[in-house]
Amino acid sequence: MAADTIVFWVFAPISVGSAVAMLLQRNAIHAALFLIVNFFTLAVFYLVLGAPFLFAVQIIVYAGAIMVLFLFVIMLLGVDRDESLVERLRGQRPIAVALGIGLVVELVVAIRAGVGFSTKGAGSFDTTVNAGGNAQALSRVLFRQYFLPFEVTSVLLIVAAIAAMVLAQRQRPATEALEVAVDAPGDGDGDGGAAIAPEREEEPVG
Amino acid sequence: MSTPIAYFLVVAAMLFTIGSVGVLVRKNALVIFMSVELQLNAVNLALVAFSRLRGNLDGQVLAFLSMVVAAAEVVVGLAIIVAVYRRRRSANVDDVSLLKW
Repeated sequence: MAADTIVFWVFAPISVGSAVAMLLQRNAIHAALFLIVNFFTLAVFYLVLGAPFLFAVQIIVYAGAIMVLFLFVIMLLGVDRDESLVERLRGQRPIAVALGIGLVVELVVAIRAGVGFSTKGAGSFDTTVNAGGNAQALSRVLFRQYFLPFEVTSVLLIVAAIAAMVLAQRQRPATEALEVAVDAPGDGDGDGGAAIAPEREEEPVG
Repeated sequence: MSTPIAYFLVVAAMLFTIGSVGVLVRKNALVIFMSVELQLNAVNLALVAFSRLRGNLDGQVLAFLSMVVAAAEVVVGLAIIVAVYRRRRSANVDDVSLLKW
């Protein structure tokens, strides 16, 4: 049995199992931890499929940055609340599971019709396509053929950063801001700075 | 490479389905968002598997770009969840039903 087959059969059950466990956890922190396990197994699949650069990016960006952000927000919103199990729509859960089983059956049939269960990837992938290293080969494709989409993503990242700052900033209640504005000129001694000073005070988020 | 590519695609299909069921079943906005991330990752796995099948790197480039978009999407989505939580004191999607008729 080849090495990649062993790796696949070791990590595929872990991958699917951790995803199911994420679904069944009532606590958001535990769900996030299972999702991190799932992301690591996906990184291993990328390595097997001949994408070592994406393996590194998956671990750094997903398991590192994105899940840390998730854990930050979970901590910010309070960890001790478990999810309520009240069903607003009756029978929503069984119907969702039934539809999910239907979807996976449909996808497997489509994969069988489109790719076939015996088609194997080319064994020479690492010597032909990845010649000179995967990162080098990937950058050749990325910076020639896909240069415009790559540059557009930089605009997207700036927009996302500004959007996050606008959305997540703490808004002062409108009445308080109004009071400060009204109080400042009526102070008498002409020192408006004292009235404005409390307003400037930055409250720690959370 | 002695593992058929279809096996990876089947794993990707199962992860995508689990993510879809999570979006439908769960009530906590953060867990719903994590399920969406799972779906995105399942599609990334399918893209990398197709890249191996076709013998070129287009699928890997697409997966890389989709990771960048996912990172931007997570930042905005979590900011929205935090903003909703500040207003409603809850991350439960059932409590945010103002637009429901």
